[in-house]
Amino acid sequence: MASRLDNTIARIEQTRLWRSIFRSGTGNSTLHRAMAIQQNIFLHILPTKVRRRMLDLSATWYLGTLTLGTFVLLVVTGILLMLYYHPSVPQAYTDVTDLRFVVSSGLFLRNLHRWSAHAMVLLAFAHLFRVFYRGAYRPPREFNWVIGVVLLLITLLLSYTGYLLPWDQLAFWAITVGSNISSAVPLMGDKVRFLLLGGHQVNANALLRFYVLHTVILPLSAVFFIAIHFWRIRKDGGLYVRQSDPLRKSAAQGEAAEESVAAGAGKEEA
Amino acid sequence: MSTPKDFTTGVGSDVRTSQRRVLFITRRTSAMVKRTDEEQVQTYPAALVRAALAFELLTIGLVLMSLFFNAPLEGIADPTNTPNPAKAPWYFLGLQEMLHYFPPVVAGVMIPAVLVAGLIVIPYFNVNIEADGMFVKDRARRLRIFYLAAPLLSVFLLYFDVYVALVPTLLVAGFMLLAAHSGPGSASSLRRYLASRAVSWWIMTWFLVELIVLTVVGTFFRGPGWSWVWPWRS
Ligand code: HEM
Repeated sequence: MASRLDNTIARIEQTRLWRSIFRSGTGNSTLHRAMAIQQNIFLHILPTKVRRRMLDLSATWYLGTLTLGTFVLLVVTGILLMLYYHPSVPQAYTDVTDLRFVVSSGLFLRNLHRWSAHAMVLLAFAHLFRVFYRGAYRPPREFNWVIGVVLLLITLLLSYTGYLLPWDQLAFWAITVGSNISSAVPLMGDKVRFLLLGGHQVNANALLRFYVLHTVILPLSAVFFIAIHFWRIRKDGGLYVRQSDPLRKSAAQGEAAEESVAAGAGKEEA
Repeated sequence: MSTPKDFTTGVGSDVRTSQRRVLFITRRTSAMVKRTDEEQVQTYPAALVRAALAFELLTIGLVLMSLFFNAPLEGIADPTNTPNPAKAPWYFLGLQEMLHYFPPVVAGVMIPAVLVAGLIVIPYFNVNIEADGMFVKDRARRLRIFYLAAPLLSVFLLYFDVYVALVPTLLVAGFMLLAAHSGPGSASSLRRYLASRAVSWWIMTWFLVELIVLTVVGTFFRGPGWSWVWPWRS
């Protein structure tokens, strides 16, 4: 069974159509594997090779990867939710109640979007602290750290603008508390608040503004900065390694590795 | 006509190891390849498979959570009916807690601005790059700063009754004090560890502890009028 499947896959991969799309071709050689990354518009933002020990759970705890994962989940569930949601008062609220009781799997869809959003905020913070405690913000990665801070702010704003959309008491008052703070900005506080809400109170205009921010402007900004973030990882020479991290050894490398670690120890951390 | 170059340049292409330097091989010396023995693997499949696995586990976790716990939904928004307390989302509750003690310009504008600016500049200051223990280099001056700053901050928090932020501050300051009087020769491994922590580590750890304490207090221990409540007693 399995071998027949393999054969079929292999045959598909040799068709002219397939080869015209995926130019790297098939094969297990290093070259083919490098080309699978380098010849793909989405993957070529990644390096073709990575340091083995950076794949260990202990290096990054995969927190950045997981943050990206929650973002992908949010985009997918968010688009599906958009099919049922009108950003108007009071229909926004009735749409959300319909999601709970009328739309099939609507409850699940909304739950998944909501919990993924909380997870994304949590994971972005965790990733920030993990990067910090590894010392991975050090030059030449300082600008990627700044991009990271921008991503954290975008994440918080995404979550915050989404908070208003169900138009229930929780949403309304959380945004009221938050937007009142913006009027404390010196000199132009009230103008800032007016710009944010499209009025003097949290009302239908505010809902529409938050909706546009939440579904268009902020997600697009997030994609833009995530792309830079990943590109910079590659350009900054891959993930940060501390000399004190234990070097993984394969049988072929053995003792030579040990020597060079001893020679290099303590150099990088200073 | 043109004099031949004194060297040839080349980059080794050993696929299993990272190339660290370009070699300049002059005619008079023999080449010696210096390389690190860092093992590398192909992004495809090694890294992508792991990323896919991480993504799948994440999805399974969140799907299970969504099956068992429903997202909250209260009554329709009613501007005439203010709930007490009206709480911001959990990640802003630390700031809302500050709003309770300081005027909105301070708690809502200055503190967040300082936090964001502080985070951004971390990698641009050499003091955050150094890896030595806080009290190793420049010891006398740093001890003086510490003995001045920690009590000042504590008195400030005490003056404004910000006990929720004061307790973590005192805790961290206590450990810093211990670190100041420990060294690589200390008997306990905790003290050796603390002594080797850099300035940036202490500041960030203080920030992290405050963040967690304030968020937990805001989420579970604040009731009507932002009064203190015990979550298990209601
Ligand atoms: C939407 C939010 C974010 C996403 C999707 C994201 C994604 C990632 C990924 C996938 C990595 C690869 C390694 C890893 O998993 O740790 C990474 C590395 C990194 N991230 Fe993020 N990140 C985000 C936010 C942040 C934040 C808030 C910061 C810090 C302020 C930050 C700073 C960095 C730095 C400096 C690296 C390089 C680490 C190294 O060289 O070892 N990122 N990010």
